[in-house]
Amino acid sequence: MVHFTAEEKAAITGLWGKVNVEEAGGEALGRLLVVYPWTQRFFDNFGNLSSPSAIMGNPKVKAHGKKVLTSFGDAVKNMDNLKGTFAKLSELHCDKLHVDPENFRLLGNVMVIILASHFGREFTPELQAAWQKLVAGVATALAHKYH
Amino acid sequence: MSLTRAERTIIVSMWGKVSTQADIIGTEALERLFSSYPQTKTYFPHFDLHAGSAQLRAHGSKVVAAVGDAVKSIDNVAGALSKLSELHAYVLRVDPVNFKLLSHCLLVTVASHFPADFTADAHAAWDKFLSIVSRVLTEKYR
Repeated sequence: MVHFTAEEKAAITGLWGKVNVEEAGGEALGRLLVVYPWTQRFFDNFGNLSSPSAIMGNPKVKAHGKKVLTSFGDAVKNMDNLKGTFAKLSELHCDKLHVDPENFRLLGNVMVIILASHFGREFTPELQAAWQKLVAGVATALAHKYH
Repeated sequence: MSLTRAERTIIVSMWGKVSTQADIIGTEALERLFSSYPQTKTYFPHFDLHAGSAQLRAHGSKVVAAVGDAVKSIDNVAGALSKLSELHAYVLRVDPVNFKLLSHCLLVTVASHFPADFTADAHAAWDKFLSIVSRVLTEKYR
């Protein structure tokens, strides 16, 4: 189980408070689909994903990105119980969505990169390390119920 | 997997900017690597890895210089990094998983220093380029 120090929790929560979840969510999902085009396999019904600008501007991508990142907010509020928090979502991603857990790791890393580009110098190595722990914890929690 | 002409253009032009802060970028990427992935420190028992250490700075410069060599010979990365590839295969023997970790930390560093340039297109090109570099460096492992 991932353990967060008080400093890590404060650092993560502090940064999260400044994140525009709607914007960042769309950007994160968009970049996942641009940088790792094979991830588009899960979004056949999203319409035009034919170029980076089409993807980044696609309203379905933005809406779904917002949904995903809003859910990520639950992780920030429940860092001590990620597995419990994401149990139902884990079952969904396995049984209904059939998503390879590797994709959670890819998305987590894309999120970290976006935080770096939004917060620049403020996104120190220590802050990155705390966030890497969180995204890894979320990825593991989402894969936990797979069978 | 090879770079398209558009991707090569993006990388070469961004490198112009990145290379002006080469040492800072290299050092910071390593700092991020050792903070986020402490297991990577096992390859440097002989180094002082504290922030600001001279060894860290020297090594960061070396790493970014090598990336720069790959950019300068972007049409023949395997040729440009051939000696480094042998070094990693026969002497350093860094487990291949670590190249992904360092590549990620390089992307984070570049994104944090050059947010305006690090568009989705640039992100994709750089991710691809660094995975090509990683592949070349582990090509001779077995």
